[in-house]
Amino acid sequence: MPVNIKQLAQEFDKKEIGITQGHRLCPGCGAPITVKFVMMVARHLGYEPVVGLATGCLEVSTTIYPYTAWSVPYIHNAFENVAATMSGVETAYRSLKNKGKIPEDKKYAFIAFGGDGGTYDIGLQSLSGMVERGHKVLYVLYDNEGYMNTGNQRSGSTPPGSDTTTAPVGKKLPGKVQLKKNIVEIVAAHENVYAATASLSDPMDFFTKVEKALNFDGPSFLAVFSPCVRFWRVSEDKTVEISKLAVETKYWPLYEVERGVYRVTRKPRQFKPVEEFIKAQGRFRKLLSRPDANEIIAELQEYLDRRWERLLALEEATKDKPIR
Amino acid sequence: MERVVEKVAVTGAEAVANAMRQIEPDVVAAYPITPQTPIVEYFARFVADGVVRTEMIPVESEHSAMSAVVGAAAAGARAMTATSANGLALMHEIVYIAASYRLPIVMPVVNRALSGPINIHCDHSDAMAERDSGWIQFFVETNQEAYDLTILAVRLAEHEDVRLPVMVNLDGFILSHGVEPVEFYPDELVKKFVGELKPLYPLLDTEHPVTWGPLDLYDYYFEHKRQQIEAMENAKKVFPEIAKEFEETFGRKYWFVEPYKLDDAEHVMVALGSTNSTIKYVVDELREEGHKVGALKIWMFRPFPKEEIQELLNGRKSVVVLDRSVSFGAEAPLYEAVKSSLYEVAARPMLGSYVYGLGGRDIKPEHIRKAFEDAINGNLIADEQRYLGLRE
Repeated sequence: MPVNIKQLAQEFDKKEIGITQGHRLCPGCGAPITVKFVMMVARHLGYEPVVGLATGCLEVSTTIYPYTAWSVPYIHNAFENVAATMSGVETAYRSLKNKGKIPEDKKYAFIAFGGDGGTYDIGLQSLSGMVERGHKVLYVLYDNEGYMNTGNQRSGSTPPGSDTTTAPVGKKLPGKVQLKKNIVEIVAAHENVYAATASLSDPMDFFTKVEKALNFDGPSFLAVFSPCVRFWRVSEDKTVEISKLAVETKYWPLYEVERGVYRVTRKPRQFKPVEEFIKAQGRFRKLLSRPDANEIIAELQEYLDRRWERLLALEEATKDKPIR
Repeated sequence: MERVVEKVAVTGAEAVANAMRQIEPDVVAAYPITPQTPIVEYFARFVADGVVRTEMIPVESEHSAMSAVVGAAAAGARAMTATSANGLALMHEIVYIAASYRLPIVMPVVNRALSGPINIHCDHSDAMAERDSGWIQFFVETNQEAYDLTILAVRLAEHEDVRLPVMVNLDGFILSHGVEPVEFYPDELVKKFVGELKPLYPLLDTEHPVTWGPLDLYDYYFEHKRQQIEAMENAKKVFPEIAKEFEETFGRKYWFVEPYKLDDAEHVMVALGSTNSTIKYVVDELREEGHKVGALKIWMFRPFPKEEIQELLNGRKSVVVLDRSVSFGAEAPLYEAVKSSLYEVAARPMLGSYVYGLGGRDIKPEHIRKAFEDAINGNLIADEQRYLGLRE
């Protein structure tokens, strides 16, 4: 029986999730919702979460000394090394368990949270190392498509045409010219891993993937589309709406890769043009005023169409063919 | 327990790896780097053969080695790693974090010149780049000391008043790859000496959750740094107790510094690491010739044993400091520290600063003799940095 919202709402009405109110994240931020979804499922399944964070919005806003919003064991080390840090935590657990120094009956969930900077860019090496070595850690990426903690700079996840301070849309340059790095493919290419995308607009799909990830015998990776209402220039009640548009425009397809087997977990009957997703956000406003806006949007649309077709083909081709 | 020692000829790397085998940490995360590599190779062999029940993490970089060790130590495990030169430099950011989290990590550092240009041989530039990182730093002269201080470091790092990480510095190739007789103590005796780690606020204790590494702004950061300073001061207080217990258990005496023929010495040479063996040899020669010379080896470089140095050097005619690293645009690190200590003594000696051995350049008895002769002949100019073994 998959976990459902009603069940979780009732259960956590009286029980702590692990992250409490009183943190200082912006209203409408996708990160705390992501954390709550992950933590609720983990605790519902009887796991004891031990959490690691990469430097970023989520970290600076939840642990301003002497306060902390975390009621579960938590460690922040640096920007680029949450995966390596959690590799150490998970290994310590196995070592101490083997030596009989900690009780065997406890079911730990080692969960790392990182933003796109700490995952796509500076933390990629450490993430790759963790996955390659097979540490049983769930790595959750909250992808807000830029370095939002330092004030909206470009990242390897920023889409073309989005206005950021280090790749601004100007008179000459149309902002960032490169596409988003395909992080799920990079992680999935490590082969012995469960990697999936999730959206705040599809909680049931999200919960199922967290459950699968936690029960997976090895490293797992969840890329969550996580709007930053502040720098995406959308009003704070539009987080879920924008996430929904991302899924409905093929911008953020929902799928999973389990040991090389692709499965598209949501197939909308009708897709909306990506233009709708672009026009709904202020970060693309400057792009839209450029004469080459239509060209850039058309290029993006073409890329998204092709990627979708490719995903469906991969699903068909890898069916019942796990790589290990 | 009876102290039956096994005397074997081993490299420094094997001596250190053997100490690690006997300590049997819960987690070792390491990356190979010359000349540290044989340490992790020996240790990986112990793990592969089931000699130790340590979980080893063969990480993808030194940065991740230190990161994983921080995670493991915070989780409640006894954790170790080892490194050299650019590996240590790559760890740098996390080296500071390990100290500020007060994690009792022990790390042998096989000293090697920092790039660039790239050079794999011994000098102390790697360790000096970390001298203000908040780690306790030992420097050893012999493979025996490398073995002994790795064991002793565990106790110092884990002492409840200290709780700081420790680097045990040994000279690259000269010690790490040089073979010397080392007395290994029985496994049970070492295990009993290091005892069990009592973890503080471990992450795996989910009943008592704590937040490690919060954002620490101007309203508390300063106080936390002050606590780190106090922990370092405590390390100075606690070290003699642990060294005494070490001596009672294993029969070897350690202190902040080692004086050599110092009682009546008028001219004293101060240095770190393996060069002290050569210095002692030259001291013996000069003594035979009737010169009142002596040597002062610095075992503990951080915290710096200022009072001990002041007491031992006050009133000498001259003090010559040998440095195997430089500080560009300033005085060499050991010279600077010794000189600043001597500012406060009643009878200040003449001072000489000699830099030697960068990038593994040989240091020979005649070089050391030359520096001593300068001192004996009154040919020292304070603040004139001189060089030994350099083509000019």
